Amino acid sequence: MNSISSRLLTVLIASTGLVWLLAVIWIYASTQAEVERVLDARLMEAARMVNSLQAERRIELALADGGASPLTQLAIEDDSYERQLSCQIWSLDGRLVGRSEHAPDDRLTDAGTGFSERTVDGEAWRVYSIENPDLGVRVMVGDSRHVRDRLVGDVVKGLLIPAGLILPFLAGVIWISVRRGMSPLNGIAKAISSRAASDLSPLRNENLPREIAPAVYALNDLFSRVNEAREREKSFTAFAAHELKTPLAGLKTQAQVALASRDGAIHANALRQISAGVDRSDRLVRQLLDLSAVEASDGVLTMETGRPMKIIERVMKEMPQAPGRMKMLSRADDQDIVALFDPTLLTLALRNLVENALNHSPRDRTVTVRLAEAAGRVDIIVEDHGPGISESELPRVTERFFRGRARSSTGSGLGLAIVKEAITRMGGTLVLKNRQPHGVSALLSIPVPEAS
Amino acid sequence: MRILVVEDDPVLVDGLAAGLGLAGFTVDTVTTCEDASAALEAQTYDTVVLDLMLPDGSGLDVLSSLRRRKNATPVVLLTARDQVADRVAGLDAGADDYVGKPFDLDELAARIRAAARRGAGRASGVLEWRGVVLDPARQAASLHGGPLTLTRREFGVLRALMERPGSPVSRAALEETLYGWQEEVESNAVEVHIHKLRSKLGAGFIKTVRGLGYRLAEESP
Repeated sequence: MNSISSRLLTVLIASTGLVWLLAVIWIYASTQAEVERVLDARLMEAARMVNSLQAERRIELALADGGASPLTQLAIEDDSYERQLSCQIWSLDGRLVGRSEHAPDDRLTDAGTGFSERTVDGEAWRVYSIENPDLGVRVMVGDSRHVRDRLVGDVVKGLLIPAGLILPFLAGVIWISVRRGMSPLNGIAKAISSRAASDLSPLRNENLPREIAPAVYALNDLFSRVNEAREREKSFTAFAAHELKTPLAGLKTQAQVALASRDGAIHANALRQISAGVDRSDRLVRQLLDLSAVEASDGVLTMETGRPMKIIERVMKEMPQAPGRMKMLSRADDQDIVALFDPTLLTLALRNLVENALNHSPRDRTVTVRLAEAAGRVDIIVEDHGPGISESELPRVTERFFRGRARSSTGSGLGLAIVKEAITRMGGTLVLKNRQPHGVSALLSIPVPEAS
Repeated sequence: MRILVVEDDPVLVDGLAAGLGLAGFTVDTVTTCEDASAALEAQTYDTVVLDLMLPDGSGLDVLSSLRRRKNATPVVLLTARDQVADRVAGLDAGADDYVGKPFDLDELAARIRAAARRGAGRASGVLEWRGVVLDPARQAASLHGGPLTLTRREFGVLRALMERPGSPVSRAALEETLYGWQEEVESNAVEVHIHKLRSKLGAGFIKTVRGLGYRLAEESP
């Protein structure tokens, strides 16, 4: 499962278990080695003791009567480790001279002095033997491998049983700590899942653990950006609805007036208004398409080095307004000025800018267009003789659908927004200034190609 | 009936002035919030037709300030966003009705009449007084069941009087009801209309209240 807490739980419990297991293996190995060493030393000592007791004649050996009386003094009185040591004394000619109480009848080893191992009656033995040529006997002391293994096993068992008891407890402690550690995350998840889809208010961000704070900050940042985008979209929709539906309402009303009225003058006026209304709607639709064309250019700009003069000339030629109302103030070398721009976007920007200037200028005044070179940029300046823009409205005129008080009857509030969008995408700027005594000067700056 | 239209689209304003004029209203038009507030302070209207998006602000602000001044003039909102939330906001701000663009001219006229009627505290759209029946919706009149032909101005004068039977209506108020800002009013225009009405309805139908104006005569004793 892809859950941090269950992953943490698994990893912590597995690694704790693994540490325990390694410790047990290590203790097992070292205990085994230690037990072997100690028991071997004991075997050797016991054998020597028996040998020396014999030599000093403290024990009588039935050498003569053929081993009828066994030796019994070496048995250790211990419940579990009873019969641990077994002792046999053999004459060098192969007769069993004596043995301890539980020692097997068969010979424990054939080897001479030293350690050896052998299986007698299905039981493995470790044996130390000493040859005593003076007495003509061989003393063998052995202990059962099985008993040795049990000794080691008991030590390990003593370790494993508490471990087995402690591990579930440890798992519980780990589980609780992990849950505790994850609770801020769960709190955030709960806070997000319980809110309404429209709730984009920021998450509480005080007392956050350091590890989670960046995620919460990022989320809050995202919330605020989504909120802004939604507000923008909402107001765009509201304005678009108003700007699209109002002309329709005008058309319908005028059509109904034309149908209802028998007065020739009213009739003719209504039809003229309908015609004007259609022109305005047409322009609005074209501007909406321009705007969406500018927005669609996001990421697919085709910036190329070209002559802005060519674009200016084409835009002026295609203007449907009276051609006499525009004047190009050009010098001979303006044709050679180059800049870096997207031809489609520059055309859109320029067309809307010039159209805007024409719409706000009196019919008998001209709109002038100039081209100028400045450091690192090329300026296109469009000047009109309209009423100008009030200082309070200057910062807002490039907002979509913003129409100031000095609105023209054909405006939609989109023209300058298109200009601004298009020019910003090309890395240029639009600066609007009032002229003295009246009119607006629009400065369109576009970048020049590098290293030219 | 005199109404104020607040709308900034030139084609629509022109159409509303012409169309509502044909429907029997006296129409004044303004295009900004500022002009609307000024007009509403200077003049009493029977109904206001208010667009929501105006060049210098929202129509809702005009509406709120109108209501703050305890001005109960009926208001019909015109708006492009025909959504429930917008309608609720408009009605809660004190609007009496709500028409989404584009609208039908006849429907708008009917809603204006209805709003004005409710504003005047009447339930029926038809006015009746001593056998005279006026139907403002159809601009039609009858006298004792028979046809009665009135000019637009005569109809307006009679309607203004019948809307407040018993109480006198001044000559100035009648002029305001009949003539918009752009129209020239001849000094004796109201007297001429009253005279013609008396000749059509009987001399005793409309009484002159000296110094106050005109009122309808009570039921014959």
